[in-house]
Order: sequence, then structure tokens, then C-alpha cells
Amino acid sequence: MSLMLNLVLLVFLLVMAIAVLKTKHLFAMAMLFGLYSLLVAGLFVVLDAPDVAFTEAAVGTGISTVLMLVTLASIKDGHEAVSTTQRKIGPLIICLVMGGLLIFGTHDIAKLGEIHSPPNDQVAAHYITQGQAETGVPNLVTAVLASYRGFDTLGEVTVVLTAGIGVLLLLGQRRKIHVKKRGQAHDDQ
Amino acid sequence: MMINDLILRVVTKWLSPIIILFALYVQFHGDYSPGGGFQAGVIFSTAILLYALTYGLDAALKVIPETALRVAASFGVLLYGGVGVVSMLLGGNFLNYSVLADTPLAGQHIGIIVIELGVGITVAAVMILLFFTFSRRVDPE
Amino acid sequence: MIEYILGHINYWFIIAVMMVGLYTLISRTNLIKKLAGLAIFQTAVILFYVSLGKVTGGTVPIVDEAYTLYSNPLPQVLMLTAIVVGVATTALGFALVIRIKEAYNTIEEDAIFTLDQKDHE
Repeated sequence: MSLMLNLVLLVFLLVMAIAVLKTKHLFAMAMLFGLYSLLVAGLFVVLDAPDVAFTEAAVGTGISTVLMLVTLASIKDGHEAVSTTQRKIGPLIICLVMGGLLIFGTHDIAKLGEIHSPPNDQVAAHYITQGQAETGVPNLVTAVLASYRGFDTLGEVTVVLTAGIGVLLLLGQRRKIHVKKRGQAHDDQ
Repeated sequence: MMINDLILRVVTKWLSPIIILFALYVQFHGDYSPGGGFQAGVIFSTAILLYALTYGLDAALKVIPETALRVAASFGVLLYGGVGVVSMLLGGNFLNYSVLADTPLAGQHIGIIVIELGVGITVAAVMILLFFTFSRRVDPE
Repeated sequence: MIEYILGHINYWFIIAVMMVGLYTLISRTNLIKKLAGLAIFQTAVILFYVSLGKVTGGTVPIVDEAYTLYSNPLPQVLMLTAIVVGVATTALGFALVIRIKEAYNTIEEDAIFTLDQKDHE
């Protein structure tokens, strides 16, 4: 039953991804991208991961789509130009070869939902059995994120702060700076 | 800015405090239900974004001035690192919460709540800052 | 054979979505479309990792007396970090696109390349 739900959502996801690829109207692409993120959040719920679903729905459908729309409004370039056809054969071959190699690599992965696969057998078993006793927190994802792997979370928060600093450095000027074609920069009045 | 739309104005005025309340709930209830710092920070920023979209960027800047956002973004990371340094000063390793209180379990609780708060503050401030910085570049029509 | 296909078809679909995202990234010349392709690729990789941790008959990894079998929390934690890093990358990418548009007045990669060639002569 849950496999059927999984498959239906995955087929929708593939259709959304191809729609994002094919559409030429960039505002429509932003909306399709938001819908793609929402479908991925739904898939995360089916795969027993509500924390990740929460984050993906909030961040993917909320922040990413809003930033894409604000970028499009700032650029005022709503249509994609028709790209030349020379570029399409090389990338297609690369993608097919890489997809084939990856599918060949999934031969060794245990089937979906296997209880004794390598990811489920090693450290994760310790987290599940001892997590609440050692940290006092029933939500195992928070316990691992904040206590067992707290150092990674420090790095992640620093990455978020660095992204904020980077955007402030790039776009923080009140006036727009235009670079002339011959390489002289000057401020607008 | 859509201040002329009556439905949007009324609904935003009613929804914004509810969204902020939900963000605080997700933040502090992250120990017992799905949630935590990141989700709460993004939901909090969504409330401010909704307000900015309906009432305009200037009204939103009056609610939260930009210097407060920059200070808050750095303060969250400082809080996180501060917990690590405090636990080093109290005798344990960096980010070892067990030494923060009398019993290891209470120390873990305190450590987890404080660092999730730091994460939530930074993520909320950075998301709002991103939106304000991007929307300054949009030419007014 | 049927069991092998049913057990692995999730991964094959996710790899297909990944490849569509990669194809968008490397074949289209519009910069915003490239960024959308990159985001699709990242999200598909995250989906792949989270689906590695699913346990049949298990439940959400929040400890409760009523349940004994839990899904694996470790891939979920690592992918939480990955999602946030992904949005940070995307936000910086969009900021760069705005600056490129202001400098070159176009966001098509071919046009930017020709303008750069003309500048260097």
C-alpha cells in the first residue's frame, strides 16, 4: 500500500521535473518548482521522516520559491530565450551514461524497507536504543542533531550565517552599480 | 505591496501572530514532536515575509529594523559557540552538555534547548535579511 | 525477479529525477533555469538518502511506549543539514544572477560569453 503511494508520488515528481525542464516561461517555472518541493515533502512523510518534510516544505516551497520570484521580478526577464540545439546531444549522453551507472550501482543496495541493511545496523541501532536514556529527549532526530552530532549543526548554522553575509556583500549597496562594457565601474546617481 | 486589498490586509493582521505563535511552539516542542530550530526559524520568517508582502517593505522595516536583524543573526551563532565554550570552561570537552548542570540528563536538556534557540534565531534573522536585501533591488513600478 | 524490481523501483525513479535535474543544469543556457535544475538535483539526492533509512513496519523515530520498530534517524539528521545548505547555495546563486544581469544586461550564458570575448580583444 505504501509502495503504491510512493510510486504515484514519484511519477508525479518525474512529471514535475520534466515540466520544469521544458517550460519557457520563467514565472511558470517558479510555480512548478514550488509544487515539486511540496511533492518531495509529501514523499518524506510517506518515508517516515516528518522533520525533514517540515524543513523541505518550509524551505523549499517557502524560501526558495519566494527568492526565485523576487529575482525574476528584479530582472524583469520573464521568458527564457530558445536555446540552440547543439548543446543537447552531449549533455543527454552524459546524463544517460551517469544514470545507467547509478542504476547499476543500486544493485547492491538492499530493497526498500529492509531492516538489516548496513545503514540501519551500525551506529543508528545504538541511537535508537540508547538515545532517550542518554539525552532525555524522545525525538531521536533532535537528540542526534543537537547532542550526538552537535558539531555538524554548528557548521550548518555557520553556513547559513555565511550565506547571509555573502548576500549582504553582493546586494547590500543601496544604489545599483553598473559595470560599463569597457570595464569602468561607476555608481548610479 | 497590496495594501489596497481588504481581504489580504485583514487576513494578514489576523494570521501573523498565529504564525509567530506556531513558530515558537515548533521551536520549544522540538524535543517531543517533529520540529526544532530550523523549522521554527523559517516559519517565523514566513510571518514577517507575509507582513512585508501585504503592507510594503517600509512597514516591515518599522517592525524589525535591519540592524536588529544583523545583530540577531550573529547572536544566534554566538550563543551556540558560547554553549560549547562554557562547557569547556566547566571541565568537559567542547559541546559536551553533561557538565552544564548537576546531573548529565539535566545538562543535556539545557544544552539542547539553548542551542536550538540559537539556531532558530540565526535562521529566522538570515531568512528575513535575505528577503529584505533581495526586494530592495526590485524597481518600484 | 518481481520482488527485486518492486524493492528497487523507488531508487530508479529517484535516479531518473536526478538525471532530469542534471540535464537541466548542463544543457540550458538561462542562468535561472540552471539554478532550478541544481535545486532539483540536490533535492533528489536528499530524497535518495532518506529513502535508504526507511524500515518496513517501522514508525517515525520518536520514542514512545506503544511502538518498538523505528525508522533510521541518522539519514534524516544528515539530510536536514543538507537541505539548509542547499537553500543557502541557491540564495547566493540568485544574488549572483541579479548582479550579472546588472553588469551584462542579459542572463543567457552564450550572450555573456560573447560579451566577455569582445571585452578581452
